[in-house]
Amino acid sequence: MKIEPTEASWLSERCEFSLEQLCELSGLSEAELRELVACGVLAPTDPDQPTWTFGADRLLVARSAFRLRRDFDLDAHGVALVVTLLERVRGLEAELQELRARLPRRQR
Amino acid sequence: MKYKDYYGVMGVDRKASAGEIKNAYRKLARKYHPDVSKEPDAEEKFKEIGEAYETLKDPEKRAAYDQLGSHRPGQDFRPPPGWESQFGGGPFSFEDIDLADLFSGIAGGRRHAGPGGGKIRMPGQDYEVTAHLSLEEAYRGAEVDLELSVPDYDDRGLPHRVQRTLKARIPKGATDGQRLRLPGKGGKGMNGGRDGDLYLNIALHPHRLFRVSGHDLFFDLPLAPWEAVLGATVPVPTLGGTVRLKVPPGAHAGQQLRLAGRGLPRPHAGEGDLYAIVQIVVPTVTGDRERALYEQLAQASTFNPRGHFEQEAAK
Repeated sequence: MKIEPTEASWLSERCEFSLEQLCELSGLSEAELRELVACGVLAPTDPDQPTWTFGADRLLVARSAFRLRRDFDLDAHGVALVVTLLERVRGLEAELQELRARLPRRQR
Repeated sequence: MKYKDYYGVMGVDRKASAGEIKNAYRKLARKYHPDVSKEPDAEEKFKEIGEAYETLKDPEKRAAYDQLGSHRPGQDFRPPPGWESQFGGGPFSFEDIDLADLFSGIAGGRRHAGPGGGKIRMPGQDYEVTAHLSLEEAYRGAEVDLELSVPDYDDRGLPHRVQRTLKARIPKGATDGQRLRLPGKGGKGMNGGRDGDLYLNIALHPHRLFRVSGHDLFFDLPLAPWEAVLGATVPVPTLGGTVRLKVPPGAHAGQQLRLAGRGLPRPHAGEGDLYAIVQIVVPTVTGDRERALYEQLAQASTFNPRGHFEQEAAK
């Protein structure tokens, strides 16, 4: 049987999810998601709009927040702290990877 | 059915208290949680830990598990007679069932089991898999085959594991560590719940020549001393084929020459850059003529590569 390929989609800031979609896809309740926005973990594209939308890349952060809250029994502030530190670690790792890529191979 | 040693996975004694089990879980979660761990097998390991904890933290499930007796991990076994009726699960066929699916079908989890097991709308489970790609595949876009072992329910609502093969088309522009989503390709939703999603984690194989940073690529460009001094136009490899690169006169080791737009394509538009990092490679002198020419150069040149040492010493 021939299996038809499924197109994988990008999770980039160019595509957007509504608040309801982000809740449904991440597993977070609307109240939890609003709390994460209040804690500064997730930012809507335009917080002043009456209906919030989020860049699709925010789904990864929301899913991570959902797992951390569930698996470590954290409250919103605990999740906010961990997510902030994780984002910092990822930023540093990306910088480290770039510096390594710039080093000639023989010197590494 | 294959036996799993949940106490062994958690590293606790069979007589451990609920508090000891919780502490062990927290310690292991900090080490193996896929969101915080750098362990190579974190995902798999955390799944095992989560499964063990899910059963051992619930007194009813733990009692049911203890009644199964103690076997070697991976050993085929059958529950003792009357086990099913005592713990209210099933009926099960114990042949191809996974222990985790068995426990999700008993005690507190019973109402969620099977497509006909309740009327609550349940979204399907999300799955995460890693797709390993070569740099060339990421550059051009690729189709990958994904093998998943997923829970499923037969006509009578009994859980069992099935092997699912999926083909995913990854558009060009993916890079290391990037996540993509295949909507609706996760577990089936129940009672009208939406189907889960499949998340692809892109992992690039190391390349012989190119090093990756986001969508930029880096490679070493070896130059002979005279090419570095005089400048040269040299053929260099790119993912799109060989191009000619003009090296300006006086190139020095470590200098980065940018080939704009020759990196990996970006998801929606544009491309990363390709950087050639200059290395000066000194040849082994093989003949008298070569040696004589170097000696002549040494005599003629006023270049002092350590001039700044002398300036420092004179201060």
